[in-house]
Amino acid sequence: MSRKLISIFIVVVIAVFAVSGIFAAKLAPFPVNEQNLCLGLAGPSASHPFGQDKLGRDLLSRMIFAARISLIVGVTVVLISATLGFLIGAAAGAAGGAADQAIMRLIDLLMAFPGILLAIALVAVLGPGLWNVIFALSVLGWVGYARLVRAQVLVEREKAYFESARALGAGWARLIFKHLAPNVAGPLLVQASFGIAGAILAEASLSFLGLGTQKIPSFGSLLSHGINFLRTAPHLTIFPGLAVFLLVISFNLLGDFLGDYLQVEEKGKV
Amino acid sequence: MRQYLVRRVLWFFPVLFGVSLIVFFFIHLIPGDPVMVMLGESARPAQVQALRHSLHLDQPLYLQLLLFFSDLLRGKMASIFFQKPVLDVMAPRLIATFELALFAMAIAILIALPIGILSAFKKNSWIDFASRVFSLLGVSIPNFWLGPLLIILFSIILGWLPVSGRGGLSHLILPALTLGMGMAGLLSRISRASMLEVLSAPYLRSGRARGLSEARIILVHALRNALIPILTVIGLQFGALLSGAFITETIFAWPGIGRLLINAIFTRDFPLVQACVLMIAASYLTVNLLVDLCYAGVDARVRLWREK
Repeated sequence: MSRKLISIFIVVVIAVFAVSGIFAAKLAPFPVNEQNLCLGLAGPSASHPFGQDKLGRDLLSRMIFAARISLIVGVTVVLISATLGFLIGAAAGAAGGAADQAIMRLIDLLMAFPGILLAIALVAVLGPGLWNVIFALSVLGWVGYARLVRAQVLVEREKAYFESARALGAGWARLIFKHLAPNVAGPLLVQASFGIAGAILAEASLSFLGLGTQKIPSFGSLLSHGINFLRTAPHLTIFPGLAVFLLVISFNLLGDFLGDYLQVEEKGKV
Repeated sequence: MRQYLVRRVLWFFPVLFGVSLIVFFFIHLIPGDPVMVMLGESARPAQVQALRHSLHLDQPLYLQLLLFFSDLLRGKMASIFFQKPVLDVMAPRLIATFELALFAMAIAILIALPIGILSAFKKNSWIDFASRVFSLLGVSIPNFWLGPLLIILFSIILGWLPVSGRGGLSHLILPALTLGMGMAGLLSRISRASMLEVLSAPYLRSGRARGLSEARIILVHALRNALIPILTVIGLQFGALLSGAFITETIFAWPGIGRLLINAIFTRDFPLVQACVLMIAASYLTVNLLVDLCYAGVDARVRLWREK
């Protein structure tokens, strides 16, 4: 399969989900919670292409709203984590010495903790809900970014342009935001792409376990509902699962593509 | 080498202490009064007082911390729901999780190694393409989707395997396949890359020049060297399987520690939640430590690099 076809696939999938999420209220053919008990567990039909759940609610409409939750969580967690990671990693790399060592030991400690386990434990004590999920996923999310940025700072600070900027009297804030940030942007973007896929998967896992958002449907909660009707209504499992799978695989492929592209760019420069 | 091993083992303890510290503070993150959250609004004052006392929440924070570690080390931490020590509740569940993770790992290895190695030998062929698609699907397909799909196919349509529960080998296949698929995807990718690297190594060319048979070159020289990074990934992934089994255990009603943790969350049994999180994290850390030590012992390059 050519790379062009794969890139078209990535763009189409991400665009479809993004547009669905942003314009969910306008695009959903039925109100998200409108029930029709007579048609409970009905399979796909012309008016309900993905079928209906136990209460007769339209699955397509609920999936459109679930896309919104997935994208909000994916993008917000990555924005928070990448920003925090950038600031902490840059500060550690710039400061050096004891401060750097202390931050690195903290990072080692947090990396030793299985991420999803900590997220489950945090949501368990804080209670379910969108913002608690975002908080729980961001608590460990910044660690990988901080490590990446710190490593990049250690490389960049040895380069001639960095030395000259320092010699000209540039402060650390200027060095980091004006000189370092553009050099770290590429690797950060690659990691962010994988990060969005990871956050979407983690949110769906938490919702599947009943620890995610409660009022608005999410792909995880839709699947968790569907698993009770595998024999009678498999469509309730197949469609939401397929949606998460497509989203995750698209962001993973996007990360691969960005990584390859940046490597080629780097080689070109050399 | 010795210095590295000692340092690596010594680092394990502060990390375990740090993880325990994080787990200790969980109960203090609960909004409002944790005792009321656990017992509910209808609890009698005597019950509230008794639980507050047994969790040491009526003590100053530093004393709570000391008593938490003291209870933990003496095995005195008790589950509110089961009314018995958490170790007694967790021990059989931990065995069930190990059983599932070991079987998942075995399935992943049996699927991924031949695929990855064959893919390296047939580079750029349709076999290689199919192997890469398998690898991408394996790492991207969520457990909470794969599990139900396997149930629909093998239990509902074909009727070959049981839907859930723990029993004989037939009960293990679907959950292990669900849990191991992600690892299989990753392993097939690593084995392909590792084998490709080894196949282009000069010592294989010199082996051929010396007249060694192709089978001996592949089986004795190439495979043995390609296995080193593969074994590391297998070890590290085993830790991940242990700590990530709760979704699979929930889908297949597998009585493991992950499912126990999720049930403890819903019954608001926070001492059991703390104990499960700590137990899973400690198993994960221990497995990673053992893998790291074995790896350093096996691969001289790591030894030298770490010593630098």
